[in-house]
Amino acid sequence: MPLVVVGNDGRRQTIVAADAAATALGLRPGMALAQAQALVPGLAIHPMEPDADAEALRRVAAWCLRYAPLVAPDPPDGIWIDATGSTHLHGGEAAMLHDLTARFAAFGMATQSAIADTPGAAHALARFGQAAPHANPATTALFPLEALRLPSPLCESLRLLGFDRIGQLADTPRAPLVRRFGSIVALRLDQLSGAVFEPIVPTIPAALIQARLSFVEPLLTAPAFAAVIDRLTALVCTDLANAGQGARRLDLLFERVDGATPAIRIGTARPSRDPRHLARMLTERLERIDPGLGIEAMRLIATRTDMALPTQTAALSQPTDAPIAALVDRLSNRLGAARIFRHEPVESDVPERSVRRVPALHRNGGTNWPADLPRPVRLLDPPQPVETMALLPDHPPLAFTWRRVRHRVRHADGPERIAGEWWKRDGEMRSVRDYFRIEDEDGHRFWLFRRGDGDDPTTGDRRWFLHGFF
Amino acid sequence: MFQTSHARLNELRAQIARIERGTLAAPGQTVSIGAPEIDRTLPHGGLALGALHEIAGAGPDTEHGAAAALLTAGILARTTGPVLWAMEQADLFAPGLASVGLHPDRVVFAEAGKAVLATMEEGLRHPGLAAVVGEITGHFSPIAARRLQLAAEQTGVLAIALRRSRRFDDPALMQPTPAMTRWSIAVLPSPPALPHAPAVLGLGPARWRLMLTRCRGGAPGTWITEACDATGRIHLVPDFADGSAAATERLRA
Repeated sequence: MPLVVVGNDGRRQTIVAADAAATALGLRPGMALAQAQALVPGLAIHPMEPDADAEALRRVAAWCLRYAPLVAPDPPDGIWIDATGSTHLHGGEAAMLHDLTARFAAFGMATQSAIADTPGAAHALARFGQAAPHANPATTALFPLEALRLPSPLCESLRLLGFDRIGQLADTPRAPLVRRFGSIVALRLDQLSGAVFEPIVPTIPAALIQARLSFVEPLLTAPAFAAVIDRLTALVCTDLANAGQGARRLDLLFERVDGATPAIRIGTARPSRDPRHLARMLTERLERIDPGLGIEAMRLIATRTDMALPTQTAALSQPTDAPIAALVDRLSNRLGAARIFRHEPVESDVPERSVRRVPALHRNGGTNWPADLPRPVRLLDPPQPVETMALLPDHPPLAFTWRRVRHRVRHADGPERIAGEWWKRDGEMRSVRDYFRIEDEDGHRFWLFRRGDGDDPTTGDRRWFLHGFF
Repeated sequence: MFQTSHARLNELRAQIARIERGTLAAPGQTVSIGAPEIDRTLPHGGLALGALHEIAGAGPDTEHGAAAALLTAGILARTTGPVLWAMEQADLFAPGLASVGLHPDRVVFAEAGKAVLATMEEGLRHPGLAAVVGEITGHFSPIAARRLQLAAEQTGVLAIALRRSRRFDDPALMQPTPAMTRWSIAVLPSPPALPHAPAVLGLGPARWRLMLTRCRGGAPGTWITEACDATGRIHLVPDFADGSAAATERLRA
């Protein structure tokens, strides 16, 4: 049943929001409720609850803290995320956006998201830039006036004067515009281009373990920040210990005198409340912070914690992997957690599937690959096709050409037949690879395979591939 | 007489090393390169821990460094504890490393992109590691090498720079660095698997020419060896095993 949310605009009840079914029936926000009911009998009507909406938006914003330390609700329907310095932890900007929309879709929420250099541009792009993936002056110039976050009466009067697009407004002399419409037009244009800085006032859920220190005089130097970090981590770690928790993610916010809030985020591979370790990771990332005219307060927040047993801090005396946990944390914060890994054997005959990446602190069961199968030390992914010269279809080739270099085969060993895993993939029902270890006349050893068993064409097309080096 | 002077010499070397480092890291701790015949010619009787060593492939293997990676994995197999292996792009195949005795549980890989050197230094500052390997493509500045050497000296962690390059005989691989030893490993054609029946299909152990091109406090040398076995050891080819010095001279001439 189509659903609309109605509010009161002073004189009459109007539609504030309509769901997809209602929109399809021609109902639009701003339409009078009486008219809508006349159009669609049996319309489901829900009264507007602005306070509950704002609260829900705050909760969603708090959830978005998983992506970056600075997040703020942008009523009525937006959320700012200051992704500066956080995208690499999620595999880059595009991957982060994709992850964000996918997760919201899983919650049943339709979202539009965009990344841009300024909050204004991101706001416009998310709402009006379906086609353009990244903001630049040329694309935002084509956006309608509403993308500037101007009040709608102002947009109407501008439109009467013939302004339809942001670009037209930007090309007009500023002084008459400001005299006629007030400084808001100029301000929004500058915020869009980044000429005027627009701070994001972050939302901080009160329930998190956190500590804040404000200073009599603004601080400017790295040693001063480091000293504050030591005190903040000590405070937070005490609270964490009392709560039986360890930090998995810490955000350090710098409250600058001009209202901006640069931030540092660190993550740990396992819950930690070792103040030295945490302080060192935070201090290492100080170079990313621009103190501007000075920092007047700093706040450290444990945005994600996990239960940590009290024995954890005493682990230094035991021969555990605690030291390597610290190293893994620091490398993960530098490179991204996905780039620090171990390899774990997987029971699969197909070589490229016999290895799986696992987190560096994952406990492997001590398993190893079977020792009797010769495997190369470097693997080409994907295997590269080679030209071969072979006398017999099921023998190793006499010579092969890879990257325009011809290798004459002096010794060869094989075949090692590897059948497709038909129980995992339908396409491999009959496919077969025959692997040969080959040494050329200079002594270089290669791992070549032929698709198919060399006889039955349904098992493969008999093409040769280079898969690795010994 | 010879014994005593040799011992005295080692003692003096250790003393100088202590003065040079200014640290208390136990000097003279080594890990074997894989063959006792080669270890004997090295200043401390093996690859010194807490020092930077360089291994490079030769010829077409400069690009992939397959033999160099195998030799490195063989050396790491003789250490105990976790090792960090930093590379630009992950192209190593762990079953291949396991085949020379390096267990997968021990290796933490870091796909570091352009930050291989920084990752290595980070690892070398952690005493919990047994060794740090970094695959360095192309130029390796002496200043960076010196930094790694100093970091390794402080913690006593073995540092191995695995040099790679897209070009054969890249001049960047020839430039001097402060590494303790520098090895170049070239593959040679291996003899038939069955010497009496060369026509039979099969592969014997691969054959390497291992060149020690630079060694602080020692003499360079060249050895013909078989590739690492399942425990990471290398064996001098029997023809020369009776006198490796003679073989060295012959090859150098």
